[in-house]
Amino acid sequence: MTTANQNAVERYRNNFLKEVEANVEEGDMVKMCMQCGVCAGSCPLGPHWEHSPQKIFMMIRAGKREEVLSSDSMWMCTSCYNCIVRCPRQLPITHIMHGLANYAHRLGLAPKGQPTREFGTLFWNNLVKKGRVNELTLTIGHYFKDGIAAGIKTGLAMQAVGLGMVKAKRLNPMEIFGGHAVKDLKGFHAMVAKAQEIEAKKKGFTA
Amino acid sequence: MTASIATGQTILVVGGGISGMTAALEAAECGKQVILVEKTPVLGGRTARLYRYFPKMCHPTCGLEINLRRLKQNRNVRIMTMTEVSAVSGSRGNYTVTLKVAPRFVNENCTACGKCGEAVTAEVPNPWNYGLDKLKAAYLPHNMAYPQRYVIDPSIVGTPEGEKAKAACPVGAVDLEMKEETVTISAGAVVWATGWRPYDAAKIQPYGYGRFKNVITSLEFERLADPQGPTGGKILRPGDGKEAKNVAFIQCAGSRDENHLRHCSRICCMASLKQTQYVREAFGAEGKSTVYYIDIRAIDRFEDFYQMVQKDATVSFVKSKVARIAENKANGNPILHGVNTEGYHRYAIEHDLVVLAVGMEPEITGVKLPDDVILDSSNFIEGSKDQGMFGAGAAASPLDVNRAVQSATAASLHAIQVVRKNASTEAA
Repeated sequence: MTTANQNAVERYRNNFLKEVEANVEEGDMVKMCMQCGVCAGSCPLGPHWEHSPQKIFMMIRAGKREEVLSSDSMWMCTSCYNCIVRCPRQLPITHIMHGLANYAHRLGLAPKGQPTREFGTLFWNNLVKKGRVNELTLTIGHYFKDGIAAGIKTGLAMQAVGLGMVKAKRLNPMEIFGGHAVKDLKGFHAMVAKAQEIEAKKKGFTA
Repeated sequence: MTASIATGQTILVVGGGISGMTAALEAAECGKQVILVEKTPVLGGRTARLYRYFPKMCHPTCGLEINLRRLKQNRNVRIMTMTEVSAVSGSRGNYTVTLKVAPRFVNENCTACGKCGEAVTAEVPNPWNYGLDKLKAAYLPHNMAYPQRYVIDPSIVGTPEGEKAKAACPVGAVDLEMKEETVTISAGAVVWATGWRPYDAAKIQPYGYGRFKNVITSLEFERLADPQGPTGGKILRPGDGKEAKNVAFIQCAGSRDENHLRHCSRICCMASLKQTQYVREAFGAEGKSTVYYIDIRAIDRFEDFYQMVQKDATVSFVKSKVARIAENKANGNPILHGVNTEGYHRYAIEHDLVVLAVGMEPEITGVKLPDDVILDSSNFIEGSKDQGMFGAGAAASPLDVNRAVQSATAASLHAIQVVRKNASTEAA
């Protein structure tokens, strides 16, 4: 159990709804749900995830902390906004889903090996390094996430696309050696650090 | 009693539906002078267009008949049909009201013999059946119409069709020269019984009303079940005229929804529960009704009715707000998509016909409320700043017939108090 998780458990005890309200983006809207189920029925990815939004909201109210935070459901959201458009109570469902995913990730409870989460982490780490996304290392990192054999297999399959992009000057093979950075990389890093510090403070995480 | 009834002691009732008729009668039977104005050619409003009432499953014609007889017997009420209020000035106890009277093109000589209707061939959409069928352009709105007098649709006035109607009339009642008139009256108090209208179901885009022929509103379903309706009381779906034995009822179609009507319309649950019994009445054990709901709001004593319907084997309940409706192109059946929140089961269920239990919103067509009238957040009438104007029935709140009558009686009492005070000050 991470320290942040331990602290949160200590602080909110059995009131998971309060915890969500305080720590999750738009979490204070969770209690507005009237369980009509229109979000679940409207979700294009609905058949592919375990808990539909209204079920997640009910689970939050029922205090099912572990089950909610380790659910892969909110990681499946593609931000199509169909649920927000149709919700009769105008709950910002998409935002709450992302908020929950973010909170679970920070507490270290998000499901391991969840592809959206893994790619998100990969993307973020890649981005902060040089202040811009290095498409080559990001792609390679993504291909090799399931091991060397799988990486080589995907790489070979995508060979023609890669070469085509190089020919069209959309991809520079030299980027593999670290790639170029934004101007004032130091300033950029300082900016990100400050932003993280502010957010951690706001949400009660120790930086 | 003075010769002119239009004084500061007169009560003006706007709207001739069940609430307006009640408010007018209650005041008139207390000896007050009442002017009852109605924008359509007949009294009865939306109530007259229902097949049955809940919970007793009796027919509205019965209550309508009683009220019409009370009206005919009472000399204190003056009824003006095809009349709208165009302006109100003054204040409590002393209003000046401008009325706009549309031409009926038929005068009081009419005996409702029906010869003009036989002579005319042109047809217009039938407003009494919500446009589901057509009627002749010279028509008696419905069998119980009061006043029992024909109406000539303005669309045939000035055409050979209009002349045919005039020529056919044996009593010289057809007057194609009638013009719109403006009348000014005084009134001490005004009761706004302007009623409600169904929420425009086409605005609920995922349900496909208007795109799919077999998705209809609860009001249209009332007409299908009514022997005076477009199908003669047979439940035939509009798409292909097939018997609709497997009917879905979708609750909260527009109500309790921040994107549509934010209030609970209060009557729709009971209306759908009632309509499941129409399906049973028509098809017996072969009929099948499915009610899709968020929660059933069968208020106070109606719980008994809800329990009775729950016991009915032909009726099932699905706790879910339907997410969207698609159409089976092969047979025209609507397919309902959503998630049953009891166990979170995803469904795609086909029905013969979908009935949207549409919400109530205040009628605004032909209603021009003075600025002084206070409205709530859903535009229902709360009262007026000067406390001389009152909302009654469904204009004041989404109400069923029973509660609309109570509301109208209360409004009538308020109005009587205003004119009584007026009378005592005039005497002093």
